[in-house]
Amino acid sequence: MERAEYERLRWRCIRRGLLELDLKLTRFLDQEFEKLTDEEVEAFKRMADMDDLECWKLIVSDQVPSDPHEAAVLAKVRKC
Amino acid sequence: MTIPVHKYDVVIVGAGGAGLRAALQVAEAGLKTAVLSKVFPTRSHTVAAQGGVAASLGNVTEDNWHWHMYDTVKGSDWLGDQDAIEFMVKKANEVVVELEHFGMPFDRLDSGKIYQRPFGGHSQNYGEKPVNRSCAAADRTGHAMLHAMYQRNVKANTQFFVEWMALDLIRDEDGDVLGVTAMEMETGEVHIFHAKATIFATGGAGRIYYSSTNAFINTGDGVGMAARAGIPLEDMEFWQFHPTGVAGAGVLITEGVRGEGGILRNASGERFMERYAPNLKDLASRDVVSRSMVTEINEGRGCGPDKDHVLLDITHLSPETIMKRLPGIREISIQFAGVDPIKAPIPVVPTCHYQMGGIPTNYKGQVIVPKGDEKSVPVGGFYAAGECACASVHGANRLGTNSLLDLLVFGKSSGETVVEDLKNNPRAHKPLPANAADVSLARIARLDNQKGGENVHEVRLAMQRTMQKHAGVFRFNDLLKAGVEEIKKVAERAKTTEINDKSKVWNTARTEALELDNLIEVAKATMISAEARKESRGAHVRDDALDTAETPAGRDDKNWLKHTLWYSEGNRLDYKPVNLQPMSADVESIALAKRTY
Repeated sequence: MERAEYERLRWRCIRRGLLELDLKLTRFLDQEFEKLTDEEVEAFKRMADMDDLECWKLIVSDQVPSDPHEAAVLAKVRKC
Repeated sequence: MTIPVHKYDVVIVGAGGAGLRAALQVAEAGLKTAVLSKVFPTRSHTVAAQGGVAASLGNVTEDNWHWHMYDTVKGSDWLGDQDAIEFMVKKANEVVVELEHFGMPFDRLDSGKIYQRPFGGHSQNYGEKPVNRSCAAADRTGHAMLHAMYQRNVKANTQFFVEWMALDLIRDEDGDVLGVTAMEMETGEVHIFHAKATIFATGGAGRIYYSSTNAFINTGDGVGMAARAGIPLEDMEFWQFHPTGVAGAGVLITEGVRGEGGILRNASGERFMERYAPNLKDLASRDVVSRSMVTEINEGRGCGPDKDHVLLDITHLSPETIMKRLPGIREISIQFAGVDPIKAPIPVVPTCHYQMGGIPTNYKGQVIVPKGDEKSVPVGGFYAAGECACASVHGANRLGTNSLLDLLVFGKSSGETVVEDLKNNPRAHKPLPANAADVSLARIARLDNQKGGENVHEVRLAMQRTMQKHAGVFRFNDLLKAGVEEIKKVAERAKTTEINDKSKVWNTARTEALELDNLIEVAKATMISAEARKESRGAHVRDDALDTAETPAGRDDKNWLKHTLWYSEGNRLDYKPVNLQPMSADVESIALAKRTY
């Protein structure tokens, strides 16, 4: 991912409406993002595009998305 | 260098609840309106508000605005201005019903009317018993509010500039405000937004504290910009703290945990609240619990390697009870404390939650400053609403659900004032000063050219730790005095911040450095105003303010029934009287009394 594109994504993760998401997504970017496959990056971008409440409720739920890349990313976010 | 100029009738900075409500008022009146926001509007911090919005609709229990006014004045510990409070509580029903018409999905009664729930501090018949006054949309009130108002703004042709950061106010030699400079994050370019009216709705600055429930976005941008432009900040010593934020993260643990039997313990495992509140123990009021926790920490009985927190213990509750009644709290504890509260206690500290002070305004949303012998003269073209403003309706302490009411009422009134002014006094834009963008360009050039400077993250952390230690929930004369010197040192360090990444496009390091400039103004204002106020009132509690007949609970009306005004230049303090006179001649002032519940 190009620097500018990453920085845009980073801004959209570290400035959320909910503190819970600021903390969680910042940790994910710092700890896991570099290791993602291209498909997982796309899956994470979709997740970061979600509304705050939906995104947080998904993270603390026990849902497993049917898309395997989304499921893999969600599992990693939950661990951060 | 040519700076692009965008010309609008009205420029609004901030797209949370207050900004969207203000924008709607001016855009629907046909004014050309721009809204600048660091994030997409529905991701503003208003999304975190769950409690609801207060209005004396009386749908569930009998209610009227007189009772709401009394509760708000009493909650403010009599520091709120009674004209603004009367205005707000009288407008409450109107703005809530309007919101319903905008499509807000309020919870409803079987009759179809808006359901209302009780909330702390709100009462029937002047404190007699609790009242159902809060209108909510399940646990997503703020979220639903933002969505309803954003959609309506799109229809009203409000122009949104998303992922733009406003940098500085533009004032001419008359002191009038002519707009702002702003940076487009995607390009890093600075533009001018030239306006006949500028409305700030930038939210609070809770990130000045190390432990804060506020999202990272709450960096007090409007408050900092106003301070740098010579506008004084009002009552910045008053911050509402919540007793139980997760230590190190700030995420809120609701009072419901203690309601279910949670116990606070110190390093030796002692249930210390038994010493401070023998009857109510852990269920004592927020301020009592917070101060007891801080006393334990300050006297060396805190937990962890740094002895900087206490523990909230629910391990004695059955796992079934925790899973059933407190599932959200268990998740938060696991996620942010790394602790399953079924097995181990949760580390907690009193945590900054809400900024009562801000940019001084009247109930019309006009920013007001002292001029000559007058204490409240409107600044031409400048308005503010919501948490960044101080109307002052919350005074020394805010009641729950009055924050969403504040942003609706004063968002709307600031917009109404602008519409009326431009209708009655049609005029062209005042000419921009030749140096309109110089301050902002110099700030950015300084950052780009800084060598051997300070790390932004380290300076921000030093500020947050200084504020937490010296101007926290319970305040001590010696700590405040030392805190003034400490925060001045941190402010000096902030003048030489350096960023490694000098690129223009999407430079988040630069944006964070610019945010820090705003936070630092708020931190200085808070510390210096707090050190100077030699009494306890509302959320400002000093251990040396004695409880006497003349100063009940340390509140000294004789000397301190007044608003603080802090000026950035020279850290100068001034004061102005509290308005105890309601707006209407036939409404009686709520007489001073000891605040007891």
